[in-house]
Amino acid sequence: MAASTDITAPATAQHGFVAHSHGNAPGDPVPVQSRAGWPASFDPADFPVPTGREENWRFTPLARLRGLHAGAEASGAPSTVTIDAADGVRTELVDRDDARLGRVGVPEDRAAAQAWASFAKALVVTVPAELDATAPTTVTVEGQGGLGYAHVLVVAEHHSRGIVVLDHRGSATVSANVEIDVADGADLTVVSIQDWADDAVHLSAQRAVVGRDAKLRHVVVSLGGDVVRISPTASFAGPGAQVELVGLYFADAGQHLEHRLFVDHAVPNCTSNVVYKGALQGESAHTVWIGDVLIRAAAEGTQTYELNRNLVLTDGARADSVPNLEIETGEIVGAGHASATGRFDDEQLFYLQARGITEAQARRLVVRGFFNELIQKIGVPQIEERLNAAIEAELERSMALVGAGA
Amino acid sequence: MSVLEIRDLHVSVETEQGAKEILRGVTLTVRAGETHAIMGPNGSGKSTLAYSIAGHPKYTVTSGTVPLDGVDVLAMSVDERARAGLFLAMQYPVEIPGVTNSNFLRTAKTAIDGEAPKLRTWVKDVRSAMEGLKMDSSFAERNVNEGFSGGEKKRNEILQMELLKPRIAVLDETDSGLDVDALKVVSEGVNRVLAGGEVGALLITHDTRILRYIQPDFVHVFVDGRIVEQGGPELADRLEAEGYDRFTTPATTGA
Repeated sequence: MAASTDITAPATAQHGFVAHSHGNAPGDPVPVQSRAGWPASFDPADFPVPTGREENWRFTPLARLRGLHAGAEASGAPSTVTIDAADGVRTELVDRDDARLGRVGVPEDRAAAQAWASFAKALVVTVPAELDATAPTTVTVEGQGGLGYAHVLVVAEHHSRGIVVLDHRGSATVSANVEIDVADGADLTVVSIQDWADDAVHLSAQRAVVGRDAKLRHVVVSLGGDVVRISPTASFAGPGAQVELVGLYFADAGQHLEHRLFVDHAVPNCTSNVVYKGALQGESAHTVWIGDVLIRAAAEGTQTYELNRNLVLTDGARADSVPNLEIETGEIVGAGHASATGRFDDEQLFYLQARGITEAQARRLVVRGFFNELIQKIGVPQIEERLNAAIEAELERSMALVGAGA
Repeated sequence: MSVLEIRDLHVSVETEQGAKEILRGVTLTVRAGETHAIMGPNGSGKSTLAYSIAGHPKYTVTSGTVPLDGVDVLAMSVDERARAGLFLAMQYPVEIPGVTNSNFLRTAKTAIDGEAPKLRTWVKDVRSAMEGLKMDSSFAERNVNEGFSGGEKKRNEILQMELLKPRIAVLDETDSGLDVDALKVVSEGVNRVLAGGEVGALLITHDTRILRYIQPDFVHVFVDGRIVEQGGPELADRLEAEGYDRFTTPATTGA
């Protein structure tokens, strides 16, 4: 295994923000290990039941997973699935033995392997070759209170263009694998919205392979649920591919929202860009962002940048942010990362208030501004409107908390 | 016609060594139509005066009152002071990521007036004020102060002053960091606001450059947290020639 290098991007100079820590601190239970060496298997038995000491589980509240990581059997009412497909986009429910399944990567943790071993039927969404589907295809998953396992495959055939939205609502305990296959020259946007009820638990491994000159925009929006842990992974099947991984999350009191990203550059001349932004408010609100980028020796001409920003709105909330960049070749265009977690900037509030704007409205402006750049990147008007409305709703709660604390 | 009275104002800040008094009894009256220049060396407390009037939380008023038309602004929140007619043009305007200047201006105007401005006249007002300040129209859609140069930030402050129409404006070192051309443009903007005779201005500066373009009615010399001399415009000329040396005797420096 080649030695790993950790590169720090120029510090982000912004009021009230503090620099992130790098990787493991001395004394942490698990030593730093190359991301390339992680075990992968379709068989849950190949992974010991996590104890919480493992590097990839150390932030996750295992006791709240209701056994999704430890072999719990499906039970209770299954989620309902409603599909609204764009013209020309095919959707089908297929059996486990469908030959198209399981070809995009391999599960990298026990919960994902368990989901692979346990799902009953898989949903396959196909954007046919050369179709230009500008309208989104929306898959609405409405939890009905049960525990279950799910599998989704999204295929964008060569030179197609499409938008697929996975919209999760209601109450459920679910572990899922989402495979995303972007063929040569295709342009695909996948949006995964976690707008669950307060008691939901959702683990989802979302693995993408992006073909030659193809483009994937992967958007994660996590708002509701007790525990949400999304693990997007992107790798490249041909040169000239681009991935953009965008995430927005808003954690309220008691919520655990975790996002673990991995971009695996093993092919020359590909580009990846990661931007995740989160806000936290309320007692024990907890967010975790892990951003692993590996540039393998063969991946010359790589360009990658990742950014995580967290805005802590009240006392008692905690944001963990760990970017990791491993580089095995010096022949790259650029690689960098930045991570910053900060509180409300009092100088911004003062400036706005000094122009007559009330404190409550000033806070709204600052938070909206914080997310605005990200929302504009999504490029799907329906989703942008939904997100703006969701942020307004979160801010209503925020004002109540600030009011109570004042 | 508005009157801002500053009566025996004492202000301190928290430091690691405990509370430190910065303003040590400032008394001054600014009436609509008057332009007062406050001049003094760096560190004399001029900016503290500006920020204390505006209500910055860093400063603690230990005694004194600041009535605006008879109502003490010290009892008001920062935004209430602005809505009462106070405006502070800041020395270091703050960047607000993701909030466009036009959204910010409209939000502020709505807050100050208590109702949204009429769209047609508002757009025209913004455009003509920007033209007057030689600001490219793209500044409307850029995020507030983000990536602005020092001079652009100062123009943006004066743009706000023109549009929000305060009764009393405090300009904190608006001239600092401006080249001659920018200083002229910014001064013209200030003069447009003052020309109506309905606005009182407190112009805080450490050098006399801006007073060549904005004619003060009164000049106050500020040293070590209080006013040590007052006069007309001729006092500024004298300061330009002599500097502050005669005020900073050993008894007051190093205090």
